[in-house]
Amino acid sequence: MSNAICIREVRKRYATLQALDGVSLDIEAGEIFGLLGPNGAGKTTLISIIAGLARADSGSVQVMGADVVSDYRNARRMLGVVPQELVFDPFFTVREALEIQSGYFGMRDNRAWIEEILHHLDLSAKADVNMRALSGGMKRRVLVAQALVHKPPVIVLDEPTAGVDVELRQGLWAFVQRLNRDGHTIVLTTHYLEEAEMLCNRIGMLKAGRIVALDSTRNLLENFSGLTLRLRLDRDATGPAAGFPKAEVDGERMVLNLSGFAEIESVLTRLRETGAVIREFDLQPPDLEDVFVRVMAGH
Amino acid sequence: MTSFRTLLYKELLRFWKVGFQTVAAPIMTALLYLLIFSHALGDHVQVYEGVPYEAFLVPGLVMMSVLQNAFANSSSSLIQSKVTGNIIFVLLPPISYIEFFVAYVLASVCRGLIVGCGVLAVTWWFVDLPIRYPLWVLAFAVMGAAILGALGVVAGIWADKFDQLAAFQNFVILPLTFLSGVFYSIHTLPQFWQALSRLNPFFYMIDGFRYGYFGASDVAPAASLAVVAGTLISLSAFTLWLLKAGYKLRH
Ligand SMILES: Nc1ncnc2c1ncn2[C@@H]1O[C@H](COP(=O)(O)OP(=O)(O)O)[C@@H](O)[C@H]1O
Ligand SMILES: [Mg+2]
Repeated sequence: MSNAICIREVRKRYATLQALDGVSLDIEAGEIFGLLGPNGAGKTTLISIIAGLARADSGSVQVMGADVVSDYRNARRMLGVVPQELVFDPFFTVREALEIQSGYFGMRDNRAWIEEILHHLDLSAKADVNMRALSGGMKRRVLVAQALVHKPPVIVLDEPTAGVDVELRQGLWAFVQRLNRDGHTIVLTTHYLEEAEMLCNRIGMLKAGRIVALDSTRNLLENFSGLTLRLRLDRDATGPAAGFPKAEVDGERMVLNLSGFAEIESVLTRLRETGAVIREFDLQPPDLEDVFVRVMAGH
Repeated sequence: MTSFRTLLYKELLRFWKVGFQTVAAPIMTALLYLLIFSHALGDHVQVYEGVPYEAFLVPGLVMMSVLQNAFANSSSSLIQSKVTGNIIFVLLPPISYIEFFVAYVLASVCRGLIVGCGVLAVTWWFVDLPIRYPLWVLAFAVMGAAILGALGVVAGIWADKFDQLAAFQNFVILPLTFLSGVFYSIHTLPQFWQALSRLNPFFYMIDGFRYGYFGASDVAPAASLAVVAGTLISLSAFTLWLLKAGYKLRH
């Protein structure tokens, strides 16, 4: 598959701080890619460089084959960016803002598409309201709409759901999935790891300006994360748990960390041999949060 | 071309939507200057033969309004966009630095000329004023406004906060306009101040502009035009260079 975004050895320094330290990354056309990392990892800086809002000290970035510096016109036409900060122009209504944004991208009569975006983002009723009068969630939706006016093949969303209520979050992700089905490549950053797990085909983890993990979501979950097995027995768990050196015991309860599903069988057999009977059984599947915590701790 | 036109349209709409503050208020200010200064000085000062002080003063006030409003337009638009963060809306699209520059400067020229016409129209009621050479008037007004529009772009990009912009306005723009002969002819000044005034490009803008009304000036109008055009060209080159480098806009 061809690449929607190619990032090669990008470095960026702010005074004494190395915000990006040799990042290389390919984002494939058609995927939903999650860029994860703690605060200050450099996610927004990387997005700013892709968008031409910041300039890399070295390295190169291409969007749909267009270099973001030397061929910036084509690169920017290919890209829609939803910024992390909730910014808006207080002079204009929602519709004016979208019409102006269309014009900036060289589109003359974009009314039909604007109406469609407004409709999908549930903004139609607010179309002629001044930006100042909108709630935070509404402003966020307008930012999404503004990123879409020129139908960019690649859409980057920088923490679009930060500080947004559950309902809007779900609506937004449904919309993002829809855009993806229609052929748009999506890059997103988020703090909600369960959302990233649900949405993203592939995930890159950034820490202190370096990529520390990069794989399909499935591989990451399988390779990095164990299973958590919680049991309640019919008796005090101290005796039965003696055979499991890493077990945590609390009265009748015990918690075991397994490396994978294959281990369950032998755990159950060994427990049966102690004569204990299982009253409650809870197996927690691998979870991106575990992966995240381990990757971040390991680097 | 559509990107450029949209940016220009947005910049025009921006000040037009708050026209009371951006157009009506400066006209009022100029009118106050006229009343106060003509009352205070009218009987004592005569600069050119047969030209009453009020008449002498009006072109100065008109040009001062043109210049100050041209500066205010681009500088305040940029600083507001930077402080609120919505500058990214013009940085994300494929707008070239040249389109960016021309759109902001042209919008500044429009606001400057609209306010200038307003001041002229209002003072017309009070003062009998000839316009001998309208083309000279227009040439100096447009170029002066363009210079201040470009200066506003530089200041708006340079300033990180509103008070830095206010400092630029109070310590650079205001002294240069006030000391350029808006209220007096520099020939009435002591030798040293006269020489100093001749280093001030604003002096040539106002002097040349005034020539268009009275056919009389401190300096030959062609010389003033050359100085003003030279200033405009070098300042534009400098501003374009800043924009191309992404100074303070693209980190
Ligand atoms: N304009 C800037 N000037 C100085 N430092 C900056 C600037 N932008 C970001 N940084 C620093 O670079 C690092 C990465 O920031 P950022 O990319 O915003 O991280 P993230 O989006 O992953 O939270 C942080 O330590 C941040 O303070
Ligand atoms: Mg960020």
